[in-house]
Amino acid sequence: MKRKANVEIAITHIVARRKQTFTAALGVTIGVGVYLFMNSLSAGFSKFSRDEIFKNSAHIKIYKNDEICSPFVPKSNQDNINVIVNPQITTLSKKIIDPENLLKVVKSQSYVTNAISQVYFDAFYNRGKAQIRGTGNGVNIIDYDAMFSTGKYMVAGSINNLQGNLNGIIIGSGIAEKLNLGINENITVSSSFGIVKVMKIVGIFTTGNSMNDQAKSYVNITTAQQFIKEGPSYVSTIFVNTPNADKSVYYAERLQQLTEYTVEDWKTTSADLLSGDKTRSTLMNSISLSILLMTAFIIYNLLSSTIMQKINDIAILKATGFSGRDVISIFLMEAIIMGLIGTIMGLVLGAILIWIMSGIYMGGPVGYFPISFELSLFTQSFVLGIVITTCAGYFPARNAANVDPVEIFRK
Amino acid sequence: MKNREIVLNTKGIGKYFYDPVKFKAIDDINFDVYKGEFLTLVGKSGSGKSTLLYCLSTMDTAYEGELYIREEKVTGKKPNELASIRNCTIGFIFQFHYLLPEFSCLMNIMLPALKLNKYTYEEVEHRAYEKMKLLDIEDQALKPASKLSGGQQQRVAIARALINDPAIIMCDEPTGNLDSKNTQIVFEIFQRICHELGQTIIAVTHDLDFAKASDRTIELADGKIISTHENNLGIVR
Repeated sequence: MKRKANVEIAITHIVARRKQTFTAALGVTIGVGVYLFMNSLSAGFSKFSRDEIFKNSAHIKIYKNDEICSPFVPKSNQDNINVIVNPQITTLSKKIIDPENLLKVVKSQSYVTNAISQVYFDAFYNRGKAQIRGTGNGVNIIDYDAMFSTGKYMVAGSINNLQGNLNGIIIGSGIAEKLNLGINENITVSSSFGIVKVMKIVGIFTTGNSMNDQAKSYVNITTAQQFIKEGPSYVSTIFVNTPNADKSVYYAERLQQLTEYTVEDWKTTSADLLSGDKTRSTLMNSISLSILLMTAFIIYNLLSSTIMQKINDIAILKATGFSGRDVISIFLMEAIIMGLIGTIMGLVLGAILIWIMSGIYMGGPVGYFPISFELSLFTQSFVLGIVITTCAGYFPARNAANVDPVEIFRK
Repeated sequence: MKNREIVLNTKGIGKYFYDPVKFKAIDDINFDVYKGEFLTLVGKSGSGKSTLLYCLSTMDTAYEGELYIREEKVTGKKPNELASIRNCTIGFIFQFHYLLPEFSCLMNIMLPALKLNKYTYEEVEHRAYEKMKLLDIEDQALKPASKLSGGQQQRVAIARALINDPAIIMCDEPTGNLDSKNTQIVFEIFQRICHELGQTIIAVTHDLDFAKASDRTIELADGKIISTHENNLGIVR
């Protein structure tokens, strides 16, 4: 009961007008709740789509880009003639020279958490006359699993069966279905270089992405090198993971200084997906922020009308020695109390909405809606709720402070 | 008379109103107010007596001339300094009681003292009860201010004006809204405040009986002092 005068007045006002206080707080509740919910939706979905990207590509990839040959061969001395050729991709191999060493150097960097090499080849999966086109990935399956957790998507067999098994292959479920093949059966795989191998299916995976499931297969890196008639030093891509995917651009720049090959971060590779992602978050953010702003107006309105009704009280407070600053602090305190109650209820409302949403099954590769409780979003909503209600309370409070008591008493 | 302590004096106070036309509401007011004096300001409606009181109250700062309270120049001080002067040196009583309706009578009386922050909460509460005893309203202490009769409300307002033991109590038509019985009670309280407690009262009134019973009456007309009467000269001060 031992409160300072300003606090005493603010609390008495709040209690005496609990209905209005509750209405204002409810406005803030809805605003903050929806803001939190929409941002969680957006964040959950962003995280999901990012995870989708990282299913097949790492934070950074290193590869040799195509080279265009020079259209113009300058004459070496005055008697010779200029040679002009059509600019086209050079016939040089796209291989990375001495990949073992490069991989070792890359792995030794402090900011590299994992790095693997991979060999791609165009594969044709045959059974009898039926043929499917696809991509073969020559990998060290254990390392690959550590980076992309392929094991999670296995529906038959196991990734361990591929390790050291040069004749083994793991295929997507789409291929298995179309060719009516099961585990431990044989599949004929040929490459664009004319190599044909009969391989044993040691595993089948389903990612939910039909592009992958109907085309992709994993073989040992040596097998892949044989398919494209290359030696053991041939590697098409090195994948690198870093501790922080958001800083991959910076890491890519540092890696670029170590090698002449193209170093590309995932943001460049998946620019289209990212820009779509960004558009969606901006959209969600602006909608939720405008809802939050509307709640600010509820506080502003309510406090303004309270002040109009209480103008006599304000005059008497000023007459008895309360300064303008005291009047501001009284009404600001009221706004903050309303904001605090509303914001806390809003966080609870948001949490309930998130909890309901996380139980809704979306089907397909998404499964349950990708939404989770994120502390940072709760903090952000709390801070924004308080800041906005405080600002909304400040302007009416300042008007209250400017009330001229003489004008009121003379009426 | 000369050796009495001056609590408030004015030097050439004047004030203009600009709406609807420029018009001098009070003009060149000079007077001194002494400690323990019961002073009334009288005049016809529009004579500028209320306007003058609000200038003296430090709430109205748009005047010319100079105002001194306890020999300290008040004119030109910042609003926050004026608020703290009002808080500890001046008590107000208005025609309409202007209590805060959400608060109990006790809290209405205590608020200016809590603002002053000179005493602890318990001391303030004790002082508030003392003032209520003085005004014979201590049994109303915990009722909401809005539940009291007009006379009782005015006494609560007086108790509130007294809570910080201000040097000066300013009243705007303190009995204007009261019946004769309550007027008599208020008048007796005012007499005690001045002559027993040594506080100064400056009251604006149009009640001439009330004015005649005060120590001194200043009459205004058209914003100027036209006469000053010393009443009750027989009373020993």
